[in-house]
Amino acid sequence: MTTVSHETRPAAASATRMAVCTYDRLTPDLGVAALIGDTQVAIFRLADGTVHAVQNLDPFSGAHVMSRGITGTRGDAPTIASPIYKQVFSLLTGECLVTMDKKPQAGHAADLVVYPVTLDNGQVIIDLVGTA
Amino acid sequence: MTDIQQIVVVGGGMVAHRFTEAMRARDTDGRYAVTVLAEEPRAPYDRVALTSYFTGKDPDDLALGDPALWDDDLVTLKRDAKAVQIDREGRTVTDAHGVVHPYDHLVMATGSYAWSPPVKGSDLPGVFVYRTIDDVAALRIYVERRRKELGRAVRGAVIGGGLLGLEAAGALQELGATSTVIQFADRLMNLQVDEGGGQALTRLIENMGVKVRCNTATEAIRPDKHGHVGSLKFADNGEQLVDVVVFATGVRPRDELGRDAGLTIGERGGIVVDDTCLTDDPAVSAIGEVACIQGACIGLIAPGNTMAEIAVDRLLGGESTFPGADTAAKLKLLGVDVASFGDAFATTPGALELTYADPVAGVYKKLVVTDDARTLLGGILVGDASAYASLRPLVGSELGGDPAGWLLPEGTVERPNVELPDEAGVCSCNNVTAGAIRHAVSEQGCHELGEVKACTKAGTSCGSCLPLVKKIVGTELEKSGIELSNALCEHFDMSRAQLFNAIQVSELRTFSEIVERFGTGRGCDICKPTVGSILASIYNEHVLAADRAALQDTNDRVMANMQKDGTYSVVPRVPGGEILPEHLILIGQIAQDYGLYTKITGGQRIDMFGARLEQLPGIWQRLVDAGMESGHAYGKSLRTVKSCVGSTWCRYGVQDSVGMAIALELRYRGLRSPHKLKLGVSGCARECAEARGKDVGVIATDKGWNIYVGGNGGFTPKHAQLLVEDVPDDMVFTLIDRYLMYYIRTADRLQRTAPWQEDHEGGLEAIKAVIMDDSLGICADLDAHMARHIDSYEDEWKAVLNDPERLQQFTSFVNAPEEPDPSLAYVEQRGQRRPATDAERRDTAVLIAPTRLEVRS
Ligand code: SRM
Ligand SMILES: Cc1cc2nc3c(=O)[nH]c(=O)nc-3n(C[C@H](O)[C@H](O)[C@H](O)COP(=O)(O)OP(=O)(O)OC[C@H]3O[C@@H](n4cnc5c(N)ncnc54)[C@H](O)[C@@H]3O)c2cc1C
Ligand code: SF4
Ligand code: FES
Repeated sequence: MTTVSHETRPAAASATRMAVCTYDRLTPDLGVAALIGDTQVAIFRLADGTVHAVQNLDPFSGAHVMSRGITGTRGDAPTIASPIYKQVFSLLTGECLVTMDKKPQAGHAADLVVYPVTLDNGQVIIDLVGTA
Repeated sequence: MTDIQQIVVVGGGMVAHRFTEAMRARDTDGRYAVTVLAEEPRAPYDRVALTSYFTGKDPDDLALGDPALWDDDLVTLKRDAKAVQIDREGRTVTDAHGVVHPYDHLVMATGSYAWSPPVKGSDLPGVFVYRTIDDVAALRIYVERRRKELGRAVRGAVIGGGLLGLEAAGALQELGATSTVIQFADRLMNLQVDEGGGQALTRLIENMGVKVRCNTATEAIRPDKHGHVGSLKFADNGEQLVDVVVFATGVRPRDELGRDAGLTIGERGGIVVDDTCLTDDPAVSAIGEVACIQGACIGLIAPGNTMAEIAVDRLLGGESTFPGADTAAKLKLLGVDVASFGDAFATTPGALELTYADPVAGVYKKLVVTDDARTLLGGILVGDASAYASLRPLVGSELGGDPAGWLLPEGTVERPNVELPDEAGVCSCNNVTAGAIRHAVSEQGCHELGEVKACTKAGTSCGSCLPLVKKIVGTELEKSGIELSNALCEHFDMSRAQLFNAIQVSELRTFSEIVERFGTGRGCDICKPTVGSILASIYNEHVLAADRAALQDTNDRVMANMQKDGTYSVVPRVPGGEILPEHLILIGQIAQDYGLYTKITGGQRIDMFGARLEQLPGIWQRLVDAGMESGHAYGKSLRTVKSCVGSTWCRYGVQDSVGMAIALELRYRGLRSPHKLKLGVSGCARECAEARGKDVGVIATDKGWNIYVGGNGGFTPKHAQLLVEDVPDDMVFTLIDRYLMYYIRTADRLQRTAPWQEDHEGGLEAIKAVIMDDSLGICADLDAHMARHIDSYEDEWKAVLNDPERLQQFTSFVNAPEEPDPSLAYVEQRGQRRPATDAERRDTAVLIAPTRLEVRS
């Protein structure tokens, strides 16, 4: 999207499964972002110990900030709220549950992409396959 | 059913929309199919809100009602299909594409066109009218283009000083043009206000920076040497340079089709209808601005909507008739409050006029009452129209109590509390009575304002009736014993004040324990920050301590203000606005080194924008090293204490206002509260610090300080009210300590001091009793609580720098901690950078890539 080239970029762009950090590095309910090739992913470890990953791009502002939102629940579904205009999304399906009467930015779907997460040997592994 | 009757509506405006909507809502048997022929290329839209197009709304936001209406099987909308001929014999309408539409019943809803007087030069490029989306879009494009071509602010003029002209003048300013209103009559809005009102109105308009020329006839518009609009020439030989001209000189009914079809036309135009909206042809109705009803065409939406409802009612066999038009009007121009209603010019025999004027504040109010001063006939409100929503429905009823209550500034004399009769019209745009609102609450189960709006449509057009609707809903709920739910969210049933008590008494310190004990689920973006803020108010521990970080809202989460592209701004604290030259230089240097955009804030500080998450600690370190700290332009917390220069330099100052402001800012910095807190200190009664626009304002007197409380700017500006006069320094601190702490403990979530003070039982007097006479016996506790806050203050940014674990939160990517967000992109503007727009991003050549803005040192 920009003219910059990033020589220090961590992952080969072709990698679809990637270990991004250790499970212990994650603080409960406090998201982090990871960079996998060109894709920014927001990762959350919840209080119940589960780990969820969704796109870091906030479709309603166009900024890559979902990892800095507030986790919570709506009914039984674990959720993440955008830190910019406060839309709420399901962490299970990515569905936008509360639009705040706004529309996503042109070219973006309202729902988030959800990425499968596996834990292997204390490592958090994100899989980009079959999602984009 | 086979015998569906065909209705053709000519015109796709607001009233056509209301007709179609009402028909589909009421014709439950599907007797009628409706075809709407619209000349404009879009579905009917909210013309009343047209001006909001300039404040960033796009045309879609102006859509009227539920768009699903146009997908209904019994509704056909033909856009861009101007009707050109009516054959009343054959009962058909032909559109501009030659398509013939047969009808059983025809509804004329062609509205009006913007009329302009035959002034020479009115066909020059740069002359506009103001009626449709296309008109305002063309105006906007022209002004933006001319600004670029001319390289200076565009000079605008609006010809016509009525409701629409003033709205257009505001719109020109919104577009960055200057504006002058040229009015032929002797005063602005001469149809709505009298001479006194006109004077006050002119003052208000001029305060906005709009120039006003009354008693002026425009003779010609002259071109500049390139053939664009260049100047105006007036009948008195005056001249004025202009680049763009908007005509707002009234409207005329679009009755040409009706005229050609041989329908009776009124003396001053319009298709003549009777009180049932039928023309002299029983198969043809006319509604809205094109209809000449009871002898006149009416240029307002409320009577138009009433006519639409009547036409529908009659077609379905109803009996309704036009009750006469409510011509009440309120100007929709931010910062200029004008309303006029009922018999505003006191034409009723024996009518009395009661007036109140405050020329300095630009306030003029007049009530017209019957000769016994009991029954309200009408009124004019300029400068403060807060009573409009309550008064308008009272026209024709007894005022009950001292009419002065309505004239004097709010709060001076108590306003009589009159119960509106059920039949009183509350929302004139949508013709909703007080009774209908009560019914919605008591019978239809609406327990919130939003539900009442959706159910009755009250308040959904111009919005001026909303305060009254809200009040009626509140009173009605109270009567039925239902309390307006003040639950925080689905996770907590309590209000913020109740939760504050619960947390304080239980001494629980983590969100998990609190939600387990007092709530359900795992919280959300509403209750988590609230609990975070309450914990911070009670214990003043670091906002990122232990499990606190995950509770904090967007900005508190990283202790800086998030911007639209996900980067942050840093606003160093400048207590009281006093700053050392070396600190000014330091801020400049930091901004230069990190390539940050700088601007002076509205709160006497300097903001540096565009810092990435991982850059924040480095920036704070630079401030800390030089003895400064970052500041709260975020958080529900103390923001700034604004000051004027005061007695140390100013020849009028009577106290050291800067010293007082610094002392106050250092005392309350870091204090977490239900909403943000702002203070101001002025060195004398001239009030250069605008302290009365703050939550707490301190104004110097010869003998000490006056303290004012409960003011704010923002969306609903309020002046702070006097708490005490002439108190010494130590009393200033004690009283403000208690006021703020009492507010922190008892206010609702996101409730600023002004509404808290207003809603507090007994108002300011009761609050005074609590904090000055200790009527609740809690003063010692409030004092101790504030003392704890002051003693435990720590620089929260420095604390992060000293804590490796919290520093971890300030990395861009967990697997690439220093890598800048690759999606950021900027362009240069006026020598600094700003986030690139989508269009600019596609044009990659103009981008400043983020890596070019790395720290140079
Ligand atoms: C930076 C600044 C604008 C500027 O460039 O001048 C600003 C920026 C914002 N204001 Fe403000 N306000 C700024 C002075 C003001 C003032 C003027 C003043 O303080 O004298 C007011 C009116 C006075 C008042 O508050 O009573 C003001 C009334 C608001 C309001 C309306 C509050 C209300 O009660 O209606 C909001 C919205 C809110 O808080 O809910 C708001 C919200 C905001 C937010 C936080 C909006 C947001 O969520 O992003 C903006 C943060 C931008 C940022 O990242 O820095 N800002 N804002 C000013 C910072 C002053 C400072 O040094 O701290
Ligand atoms: C900027 C602005 C602000 C306003 N503010 C207020 C306010 O605050 N309060 C208030 O009460 N009123 C206000 N008004 C007036 C209000 O908008 C009108 O009273 C209302 O729109 C009238 O509705 P209508 O359907 O009769 O006419 P319109 O909304 O004008 O609709 C008529 C439609 O018919 C179309 N038409 C005409 N001839 C044909 C034809 N032959 N074939 C097909 N289509 C045709 C026109 O193109 C137009 O779209 C404002 C108006 C403007 C322009
Ligand atoms: S007024 Fe305040 S909130 Fe609105 S854009 Fe300006 S800075 Fe942002
Ligand atoms: S009076 Fe206009 S919306 Fe109610």
